[in-house]
Amino acid sequence: MNMKTTHTFVEIIRKMSHLHIVVGTLFVATIYVSFCNLAFAESSFLHVSDYTVSLFGKYLCYALLALAVDLVWGYCGILSLGHGAFFGLGGYAMGMYLMRQIGDRGVYGNAELPDFMVFLNWTELPWYWAGSSSFLWMVLMVFVAPGILAFVFGMLAFRSRVSGVYLSIMTQAMTYALMLAFFRNEMGFGGNNGLTDFKEIAGFSLQDPHTKLGLFVVTAIALAIAYWVSNYIVKSKLGAIITATRDAESRVRFVGYKPEYYKVWIFVVSAMIAGVAGALYVPQVGIINPGEFSPLNSIEIVVWVAIGGRYTLYGAIIGAILVSYAKTRFTAIMPEAWLFALGGLFVLVTLLFPKGIAGALPGVARRFGLDANTNDNKTNKNNAQSEEQGTLKAPRAGGQ
Amino acid sequence: MIVDKAGTPITATDNVQPDTRHGVILYVEDVSVSFDGFKALNDLNLYINDGELRCLIGANGAGKTTLMDVITGKIRPDTGKVNFGQQVDLLQLDESEIARVGIGRKFQKPTVFEALSVYKNIELSLAGDKGIWTSLFGKLTGEQRDRIDEILRTIGLTNEAFYMAERLSHGQKQWLEIGMLLAAEPRVLLVDEPVAGMTGQETERTAELLTSLAGEHSVVVVEHDMAFVRSIARTVTVLHQGSVLAEGSMSEVQSNPEVIKVYLGEDSGEDSGDDNSEGYPSESGEEYIEASSSKEG
Repeated sequence: MNMKTTHTFVEIIRKMSHLHIVVGTLFVATIYVSFCNLAFAESSFLHVSDYTVSLFGKYLCYALLALAVDLVWGYCGILSLGHGAFFGLGGYAMGMYLMRQIGDRGVYGNAELPDFMVFLNWTELPWYWAGSSSFLWMVLMVFVAPGILAFVFGMLAFRSRVSGVYLSIMTQAMTYALMLAFFRNEMGFGGNNGLTDFKEIAGFSLQDPHTKLGLFVVTAIALAIAYWVSNYIVKSKLGAIITATRDAESRVRFVGYKPEYYKVWIFVVSAMIAGVAGALYVPQVGIINPGEFSPLNSIEIVVWVAIGGRYTLYGAIIGAILVSYAKTRFTAIMPEAWLFALGGLFVLVTLLFPKGIAGALPGVARRFGLDANTNDNKTNKNNAQSEEQGTLKAPRAGGQ
Repeated sequence: MIVDKAGTPITATDNVQPDTRHGVILYVEDVSVSFDGFKALNDLNLYINDGELRCLIGANGAGKTTLMDVITGKIRPDTGKVNFGQQVDLLQLDESEIARVGIGRKFQKPTVFEALSVYKNIELSLAGDKGIWTSLFGKLTGEQRDRIDEILRTIGLTNEAFYMAERLSHGQKQWLEIGMLLAAEPRVLLVDEPVAGMTGQETERTAELLTSLAGEHSVVVVEHDMAFVRSIARTVTVLHQGSVLAEGSMSEVQSNPEVIKVYLGEDSGEDSGDDNSEGYPSESGEEYIEASSSKEG
């Protein structure tokens, strides 16, 4: 009986795609955290604290961000060292909305202007703050602001066929320029203090543990949707074209595609996902400031993806969550050593597991007989391909 | 942008029918290209007839690959005209648009999409809408699947359909690239050294395939392997220092004193390769071609 149950379990796992596993894990984790947060008293061993809920919410935002970087880097070969810019813009769009929700509860009690504007002796809202009190407008801007930046940047860079290291440096310069700009008080985004002291979101108090839990759940849902969308994209013909562009861009051109527009497209989609991550991040940590645009942050995202394993969507998520968790732990023990640890981890993983943690997973799954095809096959991609095509079954390289 | 006679733009995805009433599908007229003073192409004139199979030969540096680059839009010539049929000016189009009007190219070094399966490689190359949204939401039709299967059979890779292209042997990659060309259903195929690195048997099959393609398609083959050229060629064009040196049947070209002089140097007046039927370069002409230094390769 027990044997049989185990067997069925193994069968089920074998049949699941990574999409099922990731979304399923997210679902179970969300239910678990929510239940343990709500049902058990604070003294209970099983209780998940409000702090932990917010912390997990933050990790999921990072996972979303890593997913965005993996789409452009892992699948399209665009090593963006500036994705923090899109994250930051999404965050500021949310921050502006949250500032307006404060209303007259600010220090200066001005119902119209956020505190920092009153402090600067401004008498009216700058034009680009118009509409920021509307929730819908905010949601729109979370997509549009990073999208426009990515579109303009992409059109300029990809159409003039800039790639490789030069492109990476340009993305880095882009986020650095934004950081300097947002530091200026005259920009009207709160200067180096950024936007903070938020009170409520869509009528729910941000101090309320239930709101925090709600934000966590929303983030989990956003991650699941983004994962599904990304998975759809990379499995489509467009995904194949993007990967082909990564490996042989000029060949793609001679086949009749315009790879520059494909690159712009995926760059914009990725920027929007990063924007959503930023927007969900801000209410959970309670602040957005120009530090988010720091080039260092953007590089850290790339390290997550490299450690987790690029060219697999779940790898990016694993990398972001594990490294962020390690960071939380590590900085609590000896903060000054964290960057060394991160650097060391990066070097080690690159040397030992060039494909990251995700690259090592198929081997582990095989050892426990959990993978879909136990025959010797260099990559699982083969199988994924043949299953996806459906009608045309390839003779598997079996029997060896 | 492609403009029809009335001046209204045609989108490149529309099937552009080249005007071949004069029997010529590709016009290359007075084309010159120079790199830092070096004249890679020098007032070159070449006309490819609709449906013919043409071989281009010439020593390294004669301008063969540069000519392909010009036709496919990779290099813009300094002067000259390149037309597809009578009315489509190829110099107005970029690489992808030229590919879509019906000029396919196989590279010297096989370039396939290594991280994708053989099947996907062919799928991406199929003729049709190459727009972003079609690629995102489009599904293969039954007709397209049949077409892919047919191509896989033609190139002998049916059993390898779901292998990653990186796992193929060199010769198989060459074939895959030819398959990708076929999938695009081009009017003109530019084929750069199709049999490099192939075994004798593979070479034979390639010769058969290219000969069978002529008629429906126009095929331009650049090849160093004289035995191969002799086995397929009806018309041969010899390039030398960026211009056409001679044109005609293989035997005409081989007996042309200019060609002999250029190919074999002053000291040898022999035919350039009768003693060389395996298709590998030996002492005479072909080796000279291989050994010449150049920008190509």
